[in-house]
Amino acid sequence: MNPTPSQTVGPFYGYALPFPGGGDVALGGITVHGYVYDGAGAPVPDALLEFWQADEDGDLRGKPGSLRRDPVNGAVIGRNGVDFTGFGRVPTDADGHWVLRTVRPGNGYISVCVFARGLLHHLYTRIYLGQDAFLDSLPPQRRETLVAVEEREGVHRFDIHLQGEKETVFLDFG
Amino acid sequence: MSEPLKQADIDREIAELTGSGGGRSGHPARDYTPYRSTALRHPKQPLVAIKDPEAAELSGPVFGVTDVTALDNDLTQQHVGEPLGERITVTGRVVDRDGRAVRGQLVEIWQANASGRYLHQRDDHPAPLDPNFTGVGRCLTDDDGFYRFTTIKPGAYPWRNHQNAWRPAHIHFSLFGTAFTQRLVTQMYFPGDPLFPYDPILQSVTDESARQRLVAAYVHDLSQPEWSLGYRWDIVLDGPAATWMEEGR
Repeated sequence: MNPTPSQTVGPFYGYALPFPGGGDVALGGITVHGYVYDGAGAPVPDALLEFWQADEDGDLRGKPGSLRRDPVNGAVIGRNGVDFTGFGRVPTDADGHWVLRTVRPGNGYISVCVFARGLLHHLYTRIYLGQDAFLDSLPPQRRETLVAVEEREGVHRFDIHLQGEKETVFLDFG
Repeated sequence: MSEPLKQADIDREIAELTGSGGGRSGHPARDYTPYRSTALRHPKQPLVAIKDPEAAELSGPVFGVTDVTALDNDLTQQHVGEPLGERITVTGRVVDRDGRAVRGQLVEIWQANASGRYLHQRDDHPAPLDPNFTGVGRCLTDDDGFYRFTTIKPGAYPWRNHQNAWRPAHIHFSLFGTAFTQRLVTQMYFPGDPLFPYDPILQSVTDESARQRLVAAYVHDLSQPEWSLGYRWDIVLDGPAATWMEEGR
């Protein structure tokens, strides 16, 4: 069947899609953070990043409950802290910065889906936290764009460049 | 200072690109000049193909009854009073590209109010906010893949892509399939809107039949007597999914 075409997330998703604790997939593990930049090197303050990952054992069967809500008043009450959902959602702030708190995925990478005003169809990339055969298949300069840099113990930096010299490798799944 | 861009300039650019094929499967090309904000926000390198059958993206997040509440799919019941505007019911079926129902997955919507104003601080369009309308809804698809929302018809609104730029009325949709590869964020339009030919965001889908897939149908049988007007909009998610996920969860 012919797919429904994508359209931009636009500038006004901020009161609809982000939710409290969206970037706190799991506490007590690692922090991954970075900036989103456009082709002129300017930070992108209206991007929305989604993350999907395996748990520490590499299990991809995340549980429901990322957006858990109070049936009494509809408020977001957040993850229950027991079930690992594997899903995160973080809007960039006014500086184009985002932060994700999670655990190190057993399969070595965190999948990222990028939405933004001015982006008509989302983009996929991956945050690698170590070596991987897929990385070896890429030219060194491009490979670097997929590898998070450990700034200090447990804190990893991963910038996303939508365009330009440092353009991030974006992925196609066919 | 250069002359402000006129609608006629944009119309010319749209005409040059119409039927150009755009992206795969009718999706818009990420580089679409008439929508000026795409200029610095699209990659210039080709995407790198992933063929790994174990790829994490062939599975995806799941949502459940704890993630939605009973009133989330009725945007007219979220405040003490009722919103102004034309009450509508929007329903449709979500399937994957093999036509299989996407069951129990999250559908999120957001929209402007009847006057064309979003409840967002950066929307400074001088149209009134409605104290009885937020414009955000969500639901899970049922066992046959159907979603259903009650809301009000959003208004058209101006934006600053070019001089006298107006967006046709639309509802933003966010959808999850059984795989992260099937993720979709898009916009649903209303049939017969006179603004269609002028809008570079809708026209970024350069194939006419693909563009029609973004337009809901008015279905009289979905209208409820003395209550609401009914629209039907079916959604086909693109992207592969792991075969072991095909029955859903």
